[in-house]
Amino acid sequence: MLQKIGAPGIESLWEAIPPEFRIQGPLPVDPPLAEYEIARRFAQWAESNADAHHYACFLGAGIYDHFIPAALRSLISRSEYATAYTPYQPEVSQGTLQTIFEYQSMICELTGMAVANASMYDGATACAEAAHLAMGATGRKVLLLSEGVHPHYREVVRTYAAAGSFEVREMPLERGVTQAAALARALTPEISAFLWAQPNFEGIVEDGAALTEAAHAAGAYSIASADPVALAVLKPPGHEGADVVVGEGQPLGVPMGYGGPLVGFFSIRKSDVRRLPGRLAGVTVDLEGRRGFVLTLQTREQHIRRERATSNICTNQGLMALANAIHMALLGAQGLRDVAVQSAEKTHYLARRAAQVPGVTLANGDAPFCREFVLRLPAPAADFLRAAEKRRILAGVPLERFDRSRPRDLLVAVTEKRTREEMDRYVDALTEWARRPAQAPVEETAWRS
Amino acid sequence: MAELTLRELSVSDHRGPRLQPLDVPAEGLEKLLPRERLRAKAAGLPEISEPAAVRHFVNLSVLNHHIDKAIYPLGSCTMKYNPKLNDEMASMPGFAAIHPFQSEELSQGAMAVIWELHEWLKAIMGMPSITTQPAAGAQCELTAILMTRAYHAQRGDPREEVIVPDSSHGTNPSTVNQVGYRAVTVPSGSDGCVDLAALKRAVSGKTAALMLTNPNTLGIFERQVGQIARIVHDAGALLYLDGANMNALVGLASPGSMGFDFAHINLHKTFSTPHGGGGPGGGVLCVREALEPFLPTPVLERSGERYRWSYDRPRSIGRVHSYYGNFGMLVRALCYVKSLGAPGLAEVSREAILNANYLKSRLVEAYAPSHEGYCMHEFVLSASRQKARGVRALDIAKRILDFGMHAPTTYFPLIVEEALMVEPTETETKASLDSFAEMLLTIDRETREDPERVKQAPTQTPVRRLDEARAARKLTLTWRDLEAEGDGA
Repeated sequence: MLQKIGAPGIESLWEAIPPEFRIQGPLPVDPPLAEYEIARRFAQWAESNADAHHYACFLGAGIYDHFIPAALRSLISRSEYATAYTPYQPEVSQGTLQTIFEYQSMICELTGMAVANASMYDGATACAEAAHLAMGATGRKVLLLSEGVHPHYREVVRTYAAAGSFEVREMPLERGVTQAAALARALTPEISAFLWAQPNFEGIVEDGAALTEAAHAAGAYSIASADPVALAVLKPPGHEGADVVVGEGQPLGVPMGYGGPLVGFFSIRKSDVRRLPGRLAGVTVDLEGRRGFVLTLQTREQHIRRERATSNICTNQGLMALANAIHMALLGAQGLRDVAVQSAEKTHYLARRAAQVPGVTLANGDAPFCREFVLRLPAPAADFLRAAEKRRILAGVPLERFDRSRPRDLLVAVTEKRTREEMDRYVDALTEWARRPAQAPVEETAWRS
Repeated sequence: MAELTLRELSVSDHRGPRLQPLDVPAEGLEKLLPRERLRAKAAGLPEISEPAAVRHFVNLSVLNHHIDKAIYPLGSCTMKYNPKLNDEMASMPGFAAIHPFQSEELSQGAMAVIWELHEWLKAIMGMPSITTQPAAGAQCELTAILMTRAYHAQRGDPREEVIVPDSSHGTNPSTVNQVGYRAVTVPSGSDGCVDLAALKRAVSGKTAALMLTNPNTLGIFERQVGQIARIVHDAGALLYLDGANMNALVGLASPGSMGFDFAHINLHKTFSTPHGGGGPGGGVLCVREALEPFLPTPVLERSGERYRWSYDRPRSIGRVHSYYGNFGMLVRALCYVKSLGAPGLAEVSREAILNANYLKSRLVEAYAPSHEGYCMHEFVLSASRQKARGVRALDIAKRILDFGMHAPTTYFPLIVEEALMVEPTETETKASLDSFAEMLLTIDRETREDPERVKQAPTQTPVRRLDEARAARKLTLTWRDLEAEGDGA
């Protein structure tokens, strides 16, 4: 090969790299390992984590332990999907392109919107991009952000806002829900959009129609960050007039995976299609009149439009969007509804039983909740978590993580996979702990995100 | 006939996998939630059996080109083989079925994986601090330019512009705009590298940063990177490495020594995690000490044998991802580097460079190279000679598909007429490079002897050329749009 190249030696190929930038000798890292040795070491790491096969997982807060069909795992690992690039040559990418089209179609069925893109990084960045879209559409510069939106999503929105393109104002919840009168007061003329969550972070189902109506009355966009499983039973925000519906697609067939890779969905009205960030697949015909699929409206995107693009996103979460599409296809309308109904039934079963434990109440009273709820405990939630872990129960997400003033509140999620036996075990653990919670203060925890 | 859509395949009441029967007393949704908040009718999802769904997705899959089938020489995309072991490791329940909010005590193995990957990548890049929270390269750029803003703001010296070369990726100027800076483009010189005189003219007290791809998108190492760094730093600005082309440098040269303040890595390019038909990627951002306080929260720390996430970061730009980034990709990348070890990593770069130079040497007789001399891991050809015969780079790209191979990146970088940007990667054998070269030489012959054949291509693919203008004019973006057109066929 060197002879054909006409190079005296391989090193001469990179003679352009000045010697002072070269690495002398091998990198200070380990020698190579054989497959079975790697497998041994990775298995040790993996086994030291508490996984949902060995612990009863009642953690939610945006990431849920839902059923994932075996057929999905098999399809998603096919080389044809996993090792393909972005479909820039559509003639040899019809598989990817049609599945994107089907994904877009099914996201729109769930959200009640007309157009969905081929995915964002996650629910948080989908919210940030939605805020950005609304600024452009309304010409206003302030986002009204509900405290019912996941605290981490709100952080990401604020990070993106720090670029100076918009300001963020927070809209508090009262007893777990948005109050209509307070919202109307907060919707001043400089507000470009109200960004809210359905169900919200504390599990409460908001009155979407009223929130959207209030936003529109003030000339602002209504942006909903919605849970896709809940949308199998809840009225889709799009049917109530929302302008943008985004969310986290993980509950639709994506493993929890320590929080990544995830996938954000992003859906809008057709009139905003030229403001859409990211990729979009559409139908066309080939030279012989056969139906085919292509990426369309690419002039919105960075590789064509450069500094005038609607977003800088390039690589997205395509394979996870495919997982969403396969999941929705396998479960279908009835299957996804079953998941949502069973999750809701079990969530209410556990909430009812837990709230009967002396000293334990539901933090948000009788506000309607769907797939998770907030328990208020008689002592620090972090202490109960530790007691429950000993029984192989991951009992919930302590809200102290996000708000120091709530050390006794615990966000609990129940999916269709949790059994009655696991929930009864949960209640036993709670009962026993509530009888004699720790006297000593719980060690200061570092989290405060 | 093309594969039908799921909607067209739906048969009333057909269903896939089912759940266990409910094992708690059923209350009924109407009792649990206010009726007016519930859907009036079920979502319009398909009704299809599991075998029918599996056939649908398998039949669609085989319409794709992919790296496990044949060469995929997209320049700047680094389509290398994705080892199967990586996927197997990432799918173990101890990685795949763990929740981001379970306690740190019960997540130590996951945190150890991230820590060890960080150690390897810092050594490879020659830089002291790191985050793997960004989901992809473009989000690394966004993170770094936000950090640039915070850095200058903290010094009481806010800046207005970020400089990008005219050969840069589109994400660079787009990111700059998204972060509220103005993108200033500097031209490349006749050698394909940044024109130093033009750069000196462009740099001023307004300059916040320069974003540089090295090797650049022409596959040329910017040998004046040391001087570029001095010019940028003398103006008080920061130097960003768009690391899309790190596959040429791993183990051979370190960005830290070149004076970069930021450097990103795309795990889905250089570190073999799958491209997934568009994603997920894996973003890594390495930074100098002075920029460490601005990294996104949380930052992974270790004390003794225990790992913890640090949230107490008052100067941080904040979060850029819901949790800790694309963790599954981090597992795969660590698996890749541990499989190769130190000598293997350098060998990858050497072979990637050798393959590119060999392929280039076989093609220059027929296709004009953008620049003479050796290239790094990729090179750019111009189809200008073929264009004189009435055949464009696009036509050549389409003709390649007829041979069961994939086309190079076309029409990028923008500064080369009729560009074909070729990156074979270390994955290809000499035999594979030879067959790709012979195929391109055959196509060149066709442009002289039978140009129509090239212009009519492809004819051997599942569909022929698609009417992109029609797709943009008549937006059909969902099943509902398709039905509204009455175009069910």
